[in-house]
Amino acid sequence: MEIAGFKIQDIQQGYREGKFSPTEITKAYLERIKELDKGIQAFIHLNEEDALLQAKDVAEKIQKKETAGLLEGIPVAVKDNICTKGLRTTCGSKMLEDFIPPYDATLIKKLKEAGAIIIGKTNMDEFAMGSSTENSAFATTKNPWDTGKVPGGSSGGSAAAVAAGFAPLAIGSDTGGSIRQPASFCGVVGLKPTYGLVSRYGLIAFASSLDQIGPLTKTVEDCALSLQAIQGPDSMDATSYKERSAENYLEEIKGNIKGLKVGVPKEFFQKGLHGEIAKAIDKSMKLLEEMGAELEEFSLPIMDTALSAYYIISSAEASANLARYDGVRYGYRSEIFEGINELMVNSRTEAFGKEVKRRIMMGTYVLSSGYYDAYYNKAMMLRRKIKDSFSKAFENYDVILSPTSPILPFGIGEKMEDPLEMYLADIYTVSINIAGLPAISIPCGFSNTKLPIGLQLIGKPYQENQLLKAAYHLEQQLEIDTTIPALKEV
Amino acid sequence: MAFETIIGLEIHVELETKSKIFCTCSTTFGKSPNENTCPICTGMPGTLPVLNEEAVSLAVKAGKALNCTINTVNKFDRKNYFYPDLPKAYQISQFDLPICSKGYVDIDLDGKSKRINITRIHMEEDAGKLIHLEDEPISLVDYNRTGVPLIEIVTEPDLRSPEEAVVFLKALRGILKYGEVSDCRMEQGSLRCDANISIREVGSDQLNTRVEIKNLNSFKEVLKALQKEEKRQRELYQYKEEYKIQQETRKWDAAKGKTIPMRSKEESHDYRYFPEPDLKPIFIERDFIEKAVKNLPELPAERKKRIMESYSLKEKQVDILIGEKELVDYFEEVLSYGTEAVEAANWITIDLLRVLKDIDVEEKGIPIKASNLAKLIELIGKGVISRTAGREIFDEIVSTGKTPEELVEEKGLSQISNTEELEKIAEEILKVNPQAVEDFHKGKGQALGYIMGQTMKATKGKANPQLVKEIIEKKLKKFQI
Repeated sequence: MEIAGFKIQDIQQGYREGKFSPTEITKAYLERIKELDKGIQAFIHLNEEDALLQAKDVAEKIQKKETAGLLEGIPVAVKDNICTKGLRTTCGSKMLEDFIPPYDATLIKKLKEAGAIIIGKTNMDEFAMGSSTENSAFATTKNPWDTGKVPGGSSGGSAAAVAAGFAPLAIGSDTGGSIRQPASFCGVVGLKPTYGLVSRYGLIAFASSLDQIGPLTKTVEDCALSLQAIQGPDSMDATSYKERSAENYLEEIKGNIKGLKVGVPKEFFQKGLHGEIAKAIDKSMKLLEEMGAELEEFSLPIMDTALSAYYIISSAEASANLARYDGVRYGYRSEIFEGINELMVNSRTEAFGKEVKRRIMMGTYVLSSGYYDAYYNKAMMLRRKIKDSFSKAFENYDVILSPTSPILPFGIGEKMEDPLEMYLADIYTVSINIAGLPAISIPCGFSNTKLPIGLQLIGKPYQENQLLKAAYHLEQQLEIDTTIPALKEV
Repeated sequence: MAFETIIGLEIHVELETKSKIFCTCSTTFGKSPNENTCPICTGMPGTLPVLNEEAVSLAVKAGKALNCTINTVNKFDRKNYFYPDLPKAYQISQFDLPICSKGYVDIDLDGKSKRINITRIHMEEDAGKLIHLEDEPISLVDYNRTGVPLIEIVTEPDLRSPEEAVVFLKALRGILKYGEVSDCRMEQGSLRCDANISIREVGSDQLNTRVEIKNLNSFKEVLKALQKEEKRQRELYQYKEEYKIQQETRKWDAAKGKTIPMRSKEESHDYRYFPEPDLKPIFIERDFIEKAVKNLPELPAERKKRIMESYSLKEKQVDILIGEKELVDYFEEVLSYGTEAVEAANWITIDLLRVLKDIDVEEKGIPIKASNLAKLIELIGKGVISRTAGREIFDEIVSTGKTPEELVEEKGLSQISNTEELEKIAEEILKVNPQAVEDFHKGKGQALGYIMGQTMKATKGKANPQLVKEIIEKKLKKFQI
């Protein structure tokens, strides 16, 4: 069975036509992963036994013709910072190398309710801090399009898994671009929903006010379907949305986009943007205009401050969120210590990686008395201004269009010694998290070196339907061949 | 030179909610270690807090009872510090926007009223408890208390002596107990107090270097610790050595009867407060406040006023009753059986308090049912038993839990009110005591008392004294020669 190119909808159709069973599909994916993931290292660990049991359950349900969930029998790869009851959840860190959560995240409950089969947990930058998946304590994930390049991050394992045909659906988390940037680097569709649309309960926190879970898929339709399954209010998450009822995303994306107002912020097209990316985006803009969308260049002020504000706010929150890893109750504990202080200090010193320590130090610094006003308070003020700036823009536009990343996938090891350079990879994505808006990245072309290029569409709060509609039509017109590159066992 | 003592208090009070402030775990005290825990209150990765509205309601109630302004917009913050009893390594608390500010409590100082101002009240979660084993090099942690809702009440430095501080604390405790905000049991840690104390010259309005004292676990310890620290500081001022008073935190060691330095100002934590991103700011609607106020029971001052007006009791006695909510509740319960107020108050403030000395009322409750006390008073009133016998029965009820009727029956304590029987006995007594009879006729008043005593003795105290007196007086006149 040639599953590498399967979309969610292909599998669902296969089930309907009786071409294969959930067990056959699950086995096929697991075999493919075992055969080829050594060269990619998208997964930290597989959930083989349990996945096959789940597949059997789904098969029985299908046979009995019980009402199928939205993702019935669909294998899904889950980023390893989302808690799975009884299944190791490492967050890409030595700190949680042996951590087995005693509960399921709301997302996992929703996936299971929808009939999805969790096949494994994907690699990531430690505690989701990074843009290349090189900060994992276990392995560096490779970009399936060119294994010498990074897959982006921090959800690099999830993006690579979808690109490599290891799963038709992967779940990621996005704090400053961690779904969209790797989606862009790996040539897949990645959506960061509005803050609050998908419950964060069970997502191991990096920066609580910015973190959001979202799907990575091969197509926009698959993305819409997956979002339908995982969104929804949750009484376990006080920041999850309360008022709105769920929309039917899949149905709504097909309506036409004639007259759709698309804003193109010039601040996202300035120096630092790779020429080939600019060209690919340009081509997409023309296609949108041909379809009747109204494009307009405009200015989105103070975006140049977003990156600084982002690193201050996210690091501040992270410094508190990661304080609980003290070696007392769970996770890594140093073997050498005398007294409680040393136990905590040694455990943290030995188990956290370099980037995590850097963020904790930055966050601690910006919250310290005497520096709070100069950094944290100022960043919060900027946050309000950035939000206002977007709100104003959305008075005139339905969606905003930009590149997802200013750069092409870079070489493994290339930016590891220069954190500032690495942080610049997020320059087009962080402001969206700061404003809590939804944004999607879809493939829009390739570089001369055959590396994927991503286009980002940003929407109004809870207007994922608009975003998906524009993305769907563009995808249809672009006709990008996302056939996976030939993967070889390494 | 005259000095005065300046004291301000920080009081932590556990709110009487059924479940914890950010999860659904029970708050029941005394469960086995870590029984009342879940992934949320033990700070498991990925968990999130969800605010218990009951805690907000009780905090509003407390604010209203303490005459505070309720801040209709307030928020939670993270207070960061590492300690094994704090699972997230930050405490969810309120920093710059607390739920209540600017209130007061009027206290009574020897008949004079004094207003003690309250700066603020904020909500927060409690931490766990460390258990240090006697001879083992390890400590254990019990997270049952982690996440129990607290309010911290901060006073202005308005108190002028350790004694005043205790009067204030008792008044505060009364209000919170009457308001059903907290059970305020210091021995269980549901009311905890830290004190700030400094000294200054009388007439000055400057605040000098203060010392914070922690670990004050009872009113007695508060008094002792503050007196001790007051003495230490006053002496230093007396001998112009006041520069030796450092801004520091000291821990009261009750066993040693002295304070021990905990940390100096330099060592004090930088808590790095910032807004809690997992919880939205709290917007309190007017309806919510009105509902909380409507649910606010009668507070001590109102209750005292009502009781003074309704029953003709002495103020001192009312003060005793009001002093413990359990007592005044009990008093009114006894009255509900139709008992006369003065009688009930006398029994409670004299006889009940006598037996309560050795009983933990909060733990065990009052050891005699209100219905039983009411019945006992009724039996005495009707003359079925004597007052003396009543006392005996009272003690028996306390120790056995039996009803007054059962005990009267069992012990044969029924008062002899049968005139014929008493007349016979009286005649006997008069016969064997001619001297007393003679004395009576010579006008010696105490002779009557003696004869009565002998009669009562002969009836083992069961005789109705009023009746005995009448009979003897009548008989004595007859015996006149």
